[in-house]
Amino acid sequence: MELLLPEIGLVIFQTIAFLLLLFVLAKFAWKPILGAIKEREHTIDEALNQAELAKQEMVRLAAQNEESMKVARAERDQILKEAKTLKDAIVNEAKHQAHTEGAKLIEKAKIEIENQKKAALAELKNQVSTLSIEIAERVLRSQLSDKVKQQELVAGLLKDVELN
Amino acid sequence: MDCSHVFDFKVNRIIVVFTLFLAFFFVTPLLYAQGDTLKTTSAAHAEPAAEKKFNLGKFALHHVADSHSWHVIGDYTIGLPVLLYTPGGLVTFSSTEFHGDDEAKVVVEKNGQRFVKRHEKIYYASATANESGEYAEVDAADHVKNVRPLDFSITKNVCTLLLSVVVMLAIFLKVANGYKLRAGKSPKGLQSWLEPLILFVRDDIAKPNLGHKYERFMPYLLTVFFFIWFNNMLGLIPFLPGGANLTGNISITVVLATITFLIINFNGNKYYWKHIFTPDVPWWLYIVLVPVEIIGIFTKPIALAIRLFANITAGHILVLALIGLIFVFNSVFVSFVSVPFALFIYGIELLVAFIQAFIFTILSALFIGMAIEEHH
Repeated sequence: MELLLPEIGLVIFQTIAFLLLLFVLAKFAWKPILGAIKEREHTIDEALNQAELAKQEMVRLAAQNEESMKVARAERDQILKEAKTLKDAIVNEAKHQAHTEGAKLIEKAKIEIENQKKAALAELKNQVSTLSIEIAERVLRSQLSDKVKQQELVAGLLKDVELN
Repeated sequence: MDCSHVFDFKVNRIIVVFTLFLAFFFVTPLLYAQGDTLKTTSAAHAEPAAEKKFNLGKFALHHVADSHSWHVIGDYTIGLPVLLYTPGGLVTFSSTEFHGDDEAKVVVEKNGQRFVKRHEKIYYASATANESGEYAEVDAADHVKNVRPLDFSITKNVCTLLLSVVVMLAIFLKVANGYKLRAGKSPKGLQSWLEPLILFVRDDIAKPNLGHKYERFMPYLLTVFFFIWFNNMLGLIPFLPGGANLTGNISITVVLATITFLIINFNGNKYYWKHIFTPDVPWWLYIVLVPVEIIGIFTKPIALAIRLFANITAGHILVLALIGLIFVFNSVFVSFVSVPFALFIYGIELLVAFIQAFIFTILSALFIGMAIEEHH
């Protein structure tokens, strides 16, 4: 039964000591500790939110990259296609031009050859006529030393003229 | 976990200073005490063997009760200061002046007043000794009829109380400093050891019971939780600086429960008072219900005080009873049974130390929560 009776001395010491402890700890321990814990939790929450936002931003950027990549690829294809068409056109043009040029050159060459041929023929005729005259002169010289033979020649020439 | 932080240098230093302070205070009494106990033991040897019969009940109750001296080891006892408030003014002397007597046989005379100590309580001494040599009137039920002076002595429990306050201040101010120094960083050392407990009190005790207004009551809940837990643990240490059964003392638990009582009733809102004086029942039931509700205001804190006191004291008595069996049977072989049992109870007591601190705190929070709850 004595255990159940509070002792006045201990009650007073306990009251003073506990209240002192309560006030000192409340002011200098619990307040900064709880404040710091709360602030840290806030910081952690914020950091997690930031991380989540960053993740979303990453996803968005990746999607954007994909999109621009696609556009770039399409653009490249377009450019290549155009280049090919252009190349074909140029090649065709060049071929055509070369063809025409070649034909022209051949035509020119033909004309030239014709001209050269004519000139050569004319030259040949000249040479032949000169040679003929020289031969004729020599023949005539030898022929003319003999009277009979002169007659025969004239008669032959005349005969030829009549045939022409 | 690195345990070296737990008993940090600074905490150590404060404990050392406190011990030195105690030692300085009682260094002379201590010397006296040695001589006195030697004398009393030799006197005890002279007594007939029949009177020395071991009384388990007395042994256990003596050890769970408060004391005017602090037993260290063997015959060494530290005398503690006695402070008495009497009509003749404040009387102070060392408890060693009783020469180890606890049966009202040694009278201490101070300022013309005579005192005796019986079962760790101080009385004004009777003029003459009774037939058993006691300077006190003792009735058949072993109750002393003498008047007691107001006793403000620094008893073993007061010393432990002051020690626990000093240790708690040292630990928690250091932890708070850790939060300042390492603001926003992860806890370290002592801080990381205590932070889970602080969070436990906040998230599992305060928030569920007090709702959004929990912050206001956090200092009280944290202080009361750690005070009870630290002292429960300190009480489990069988030697200095433990050994005092502080939280198993009704004076301590009554003060704690009274503070809870005051917090409940000073914070009680109109719904709380309406529930007590005009409950939602037919008016004729008020005759029964209102007195019940009014009694309920007081039974809650009384239950708090008794629960803590009884649980801690019961644990101590259980351990003491198991150890005491060795002396009851007066055989060393009993120790092979009672020591493992006592050790087992000790293990449970470690758990109880925490659970009782938790229960006191959560019930305080619950009662406060009921008083501040908003009804719509």
